[in-house]
Amino acid sequence: MAKKKTRFFCFFVFPGFAGILLFVLAPFGDVVRRSFLEAVTGDFNGIKNYQSVFQNQAFLLAVKNTFRFTLVGIPLLVLSGFAAALLLCGLKKKGWIKSLYLFPFAMPTATIVLVWKMTFYKQGFLNLFLTSLGAWTGLWGEVHREYLGSGDAFWVLTGSYVWKNMGYTVTLWMAGILSIPVQLLEAARVDGAGKWQRLWYVILPNLKGSLYTIVVLSFLNSFKIYREAYLTAGAYPDKSIYLLQHLFNNWFVNLELDKMAAAAVCTGGFLMMVILLLQRLWDKGEG
Amino acid sequence: MTGFKIKEQKIIKNAEKGFALFLLLIPTVLVILPLLLLLSGSLMDTYELSGYLSAMFAEGAEFISWKMMPDYPSFANYKKLLFETPQFFVLFWNSMKLAGCILAGQLLVAVPGAWGFAVYPVKGSRALFALYVVLMLLPFQVTMLSSYLVLNKLHLLNTHQAIILPAVFSTFPVFLSYGGFRSIPPQILEAARIDGAGELAIFVKLGLPLGKSGLLSAMVLGFLEYWNLMEQPMAFLEEKALWPLSLYLPEITLGQAGYAFCVSVIMLIPAVFVFVMGQDYLEQGIIYSGLKE
Repeated sequence: MAKKKTRFFCFFVFPGFAGILLFVLAPFGDVVRRSFLEAVTGDFNGIKNYQSVFQNQAFLLAVKNTFRFTLVGIPLLVLSGFAAALLLCGLKKKGWIKSLYLFPFAMPTATIVLVWKMTFYKQGFLNLFLTSLGAWTGLWGEVHREYLGSGDAFWVLTGSYVWKNMGYTVTLWMAGILSIPVQLLEAARVDGAGKWQRLWYVILPNLKGSLYTIVVLSFLNSFKIYREAYLTAGAYPDKSIYLLQHLFNNWFVNLELDKMAAAAVCTGGFLMMVILLLQRLWDKGEG
Repeated sequence: MTGFKIKEQKIIKNAEKGFALFLLLIPTVLVILPLLLLLSGSLMDTYELSGYLSAMFAEGAEFISWKMMPDYPSFANYKKLLFETPQFFVLFWNSMKLAGCILAGQLLVAVPGAWGFAVYPVKGSRALFALYVVLMLLPFQVTMLSSYLVLNKLHLLNTHQAIILPAVFSTFPVFLSYGGFRSIPPQILEAARIDGAGELAIFVKLGLPLGKSGLLSAMVLGFLEYWNLMEQPMAFLEEKALWPLSLYLPEITLGQAGYAFCVSVIMLIPAVFVFVMGQDYLEQGIIYSGLKE
């Protein structure tokens, strides 16, 4: 039976795995090899490519920005998603609100960029809104702020990340919250636990698994923010949003393949470690 | 007295609910407004539109203006786009072809793969699956160079296959379909085996219908993703005639905003259609994507 099982496993899995081998694993091996070679001559270069990558100002800036974006964006998304999910779970008719939250996820980036441009340009809707708010309250005058060409671009990007992925996060949180047995919450209530106590002692501890998933998926989607960044601000945006994705793309366009190879190995290795570490942590938390 | 207290509690509870609803509606407005903006923009004639947008290009202190109900609603821009711009159809079909071929390929490759992982757990399959998860989470930029090298070697650059083939072997649909197949009770499959059904027949006749939620959610999420392709065609397709709509649309400048609005709305239609039809599967898929293996 075991032999038969192996045969069927191979029968079903092998075609896909062969493709992955051909299109991902083997060429990535080649990239690792190339990362130690000189790009033009193909001579062995030791760790020189890695050294030049780590001395590269653009790389350091991009790493810093990517970290900053991840460390600000993900907690913001996870927490605001949780708050919205909690509120939504308390409502009876939640269907259509949830649908609306999910909608931006279905909206192609190219279509939303037009709206972002009209909103965040210097003469755009946001400044118009702030100006009329100022006129109405009498607190400030006309606002002519530059958003996309300044450090504010970072916040525009963070905002659009949260906007796009909120529905995704809310759906996952709600699935987690609704899977907590009602009896458990009821028992806590009978024992005299208040609303916040129930949240802290019953709901939150039961959501560890959801938290892991949500963080991992938010992380996955955080790389796709490049689309918005590239489309609103181009290949060389304000330096507050120059991300690793921009750098890779620009290296690719300029055919600086040796640096790219070394940076791909570093980034890939780092991400793999983070993912495996998270998996390990999660397994421990569950077991 | 107690009656009064209950009434008071009820009022507080209702107020709380109302407040929650209010809080939840703020983001909702932020979703609806952009949609209305696109729709109304696509129904304006070029003259009206440029009147509203002109302030954005001038360096003056004047702001952009807008009307959600156009003064002179017109389908002129749609007409021009649909009947006088054949290039548009080329791009539209490029998008359709890419998304369709990728999804069909995934059905043929990823779905059986997921079945293998779910039904025949052998030694080492867990480790292999963990590798699949890591691959699924690696961003495109990390694998861009390796994809380029292999596509170059196979002489596929600047063809649609350069986009389709690597995407067919993406591991995300494996992961999602796996979630659906795992939810089938093994006893059912065992019963079929005892009745003498072959393994292939079990997959086609039992696995596919029973595990279809995972599979369909992979298709829905996949369509939304591939309808929105950007990085891959940008890197691997030089010729603009091969581009999908998602890459071409941002090239339209605001000077031709009338077109841009119409293209946006038309591009939204398939996405909205899939979203509305497949919303349950989409949610299911999002939940599956969070399932532990």
